[in-house]
Amino acid sequence: MLLQLDRVDKIFGGLHAVRGVSVQVQKGEIFGLIGPNGAGKTTLFNVITGVYRPDGGRVLFNGQDISGHSPAKIAAGGIGRTFQNIRLFRSMTAEQNVMVAGHRLHGAGVLSTVLRTARQASCEQALRQRAYELLEALGLAAQAGDIAGSLPYGSQRRLEIARALMLSPQLLLLDEPAAGMNSHEARELETQIRWLRDQLGVTVVLVEHNMSVVMSVCERIHVVDHGETIANGSPAVIKADPKVLAAYLGQDTAEAG
Amino acid sequence: MSPEAPAPAAPPPAAPPLGPAPRMPRWGLRVLGAIVLIVAIQLGRLGLEAALIEYAQRILLLAGINVILAVSLNLINGTTGQFSIGHAGFMAIGAYGAAFLGVHMAPALQVLFGPGMLSDAITFNLALILGALLAGLSGFCVGLPSLRLRGDYLAIVTLGFGEIIRIVFNNATFLGSATGYFGDSPAGLPTYTNLFWVYVWVAIVIVVIWNLTFSQTGRSLSAIREDEIAAEAMATPTTRLKVLAFSLSAAGAGIAGGLFAHMQSGIRPEDFKFDKSIDMIVMIIVGGLGSVSGAALGGIFVAVSLELMRDLHEYRLVLYALLLIVIMLVRPEGILGSRELPQLLASRFVRLGRGGQGGARGARS
Repeated sequence: MLLQLDRVDKIFGGLHAVRGVSVQVQKGEIFGLIGPNGAGKTTLFNVITGVYRPDGGRVLFNGQDISGHSPAKIAAGGIGRTFQNIRLFRSMTAEQNVMVAGHRLHGAGVLSTVLRTARQASCEQALRQRAYELLEALGLAAQAGDIAGSLPYGSQRRLEIARALMLSPQLLLLDEPAAGMNSHEARELETQIRWLRDQLGVTVVLVEHNMSVVMSVCERIHVVDHGETIANGSPAVIKADPKVLAAYLGQDTAEAG
Repeated sequence: MSPEAPAPAAPPPAAPPLGPAPRMPRWGLRVLGAIVLIVAIQLGRLGLEAALIEYAQRILLLAGINVILAVSLNLINGTTGQFSIGHAGFMAIGAYGAAFLGVHMAPALQVLFGPGMLSDAITFNLALILGALLAGLSGFCVGLPSLRLRGDYLAIVTLGFGEIIRIVFNNATFLGSATGYFGDSPAGLPTYTNLFWVYVWVAIVIVVIWNLTFSQTGRSLSAIREDEIAAEAMATPTTRLKVLAFSLSAAGAGIAGGLFAHMQSGIRPEDFKFDKSIDMIVMIIVGGLGSVSGAALGGIFVAVSLELMRDLHEYRLVLYALLLIVIMLVRPEGILGSRELPQLLASRFVRLGRGGQGGARGARS
């Protein structure tokens, strides 16, 4: 078990955003987390990555309790993420964006940086090389020197993935990676997500509203609504689940259908 | 290895041409450092030979000190994006620290090395370094708790800190209180500061901050400025880096303070008032926030323009303010924007070479 949420609660004032949600993600899975707007999906991501501390329950990563750890520590521990409302370092280049996430790979200290030692230069070179490989893998090699904020929307989303991969994560959380993409770009994204898992061995959890992407790429899906689990299972099971249909389409429709 | 069919099969070029960070080769930096050093030595020699009239010399000294202040402040305000307006406080700590320690170390060092140029140079530089350490240490102590604050809140804390320091010196009797500190001898503080040492320290500070800015550390600092939450999610130790930048920035101001203290016979608390901090902010904004060479240019600009307008007496500040307004209207991003001088020159050459295109876009950062 790579990631395990154990009856996680998150409360904002009077709002019970997440209520006793338990999720198990196996190593090597492509896992979907879906639900209507405001269901608590992004809150769950923020709990996993340490942005929020859970008000109840635990988050286990590789069997270790990581609830309450700082975001930087969790990221260094092997969980990479992207953001729903793209958070790139906008005025830096694509390449620099990716290189920032390589902080841990960079062995040179402040003194050797200030003195520009050979060691620092080789660290820098290795980092640049790795960043270039990741940009190339996500089809952004030609934009390596472009300012991140000037890239088209779809490219920005892919750049966020490249940046998260620079952490060499075991687990990658993608928050609506297909948002704002046209159907052609979305299909490319599906290929890229499968490639992440197959070639890099990264376990992927994605939150997504584009159902064709979710159903095509995810092996298991977890559905939340109003902060609670309403279903989980394979795409076929989810598609047929009356509670899921009700949550998405409204009660009457579900009963009629 | 690309999942995309149309991905180019060409081998990765070593680096895209003209990325926004100026990738000066290592030898290039060393050559630049050497040139700066040689120029410094030459200037120092000229200064010693009194080839410059005292007035011009004073402007050059002030310009050098301003460059150190601006370049160090830019590390925290420009690169890291944390708005600090108490830099005069760190400068004061460096100034008083270096002056006091210099006065008290001098006798012992004179015994050790014999009176003369050598012991003066050792006393001076040791005092500067200790003053910078003191300033850096206080930067660390202020930064650790206050860098959790953002934007205006941090600005208020640093502003308060700067005032506290000034008031402490205003009341410290062993440092001369409001009258100022003039050392123990009736002649006042020894005037060790000359063009040579000022520009040696300018070179050291610029090289240190330049190397730091164009490295993984500098990229991480910029990432903190751009989006702290994303930087944290990318495993960047944000607090550690912010405190590091703040301490180094304070140490730089400390060196400038030490140089300033030994330029004249004494220092007074009112030399480090709030307007001094504002002057430094003006330098980095005029030069271009986030640009090391821009900050240096801004420092020179402020020193020279203020001195050239000295004859206008009380109208000086009016004209100065007007000048700033015009600059901000014409070039709101500052002289260099966030670009660097070497990169700007390089892109100019490329543009010429390619017949009027390219370069400019890639050079923006």
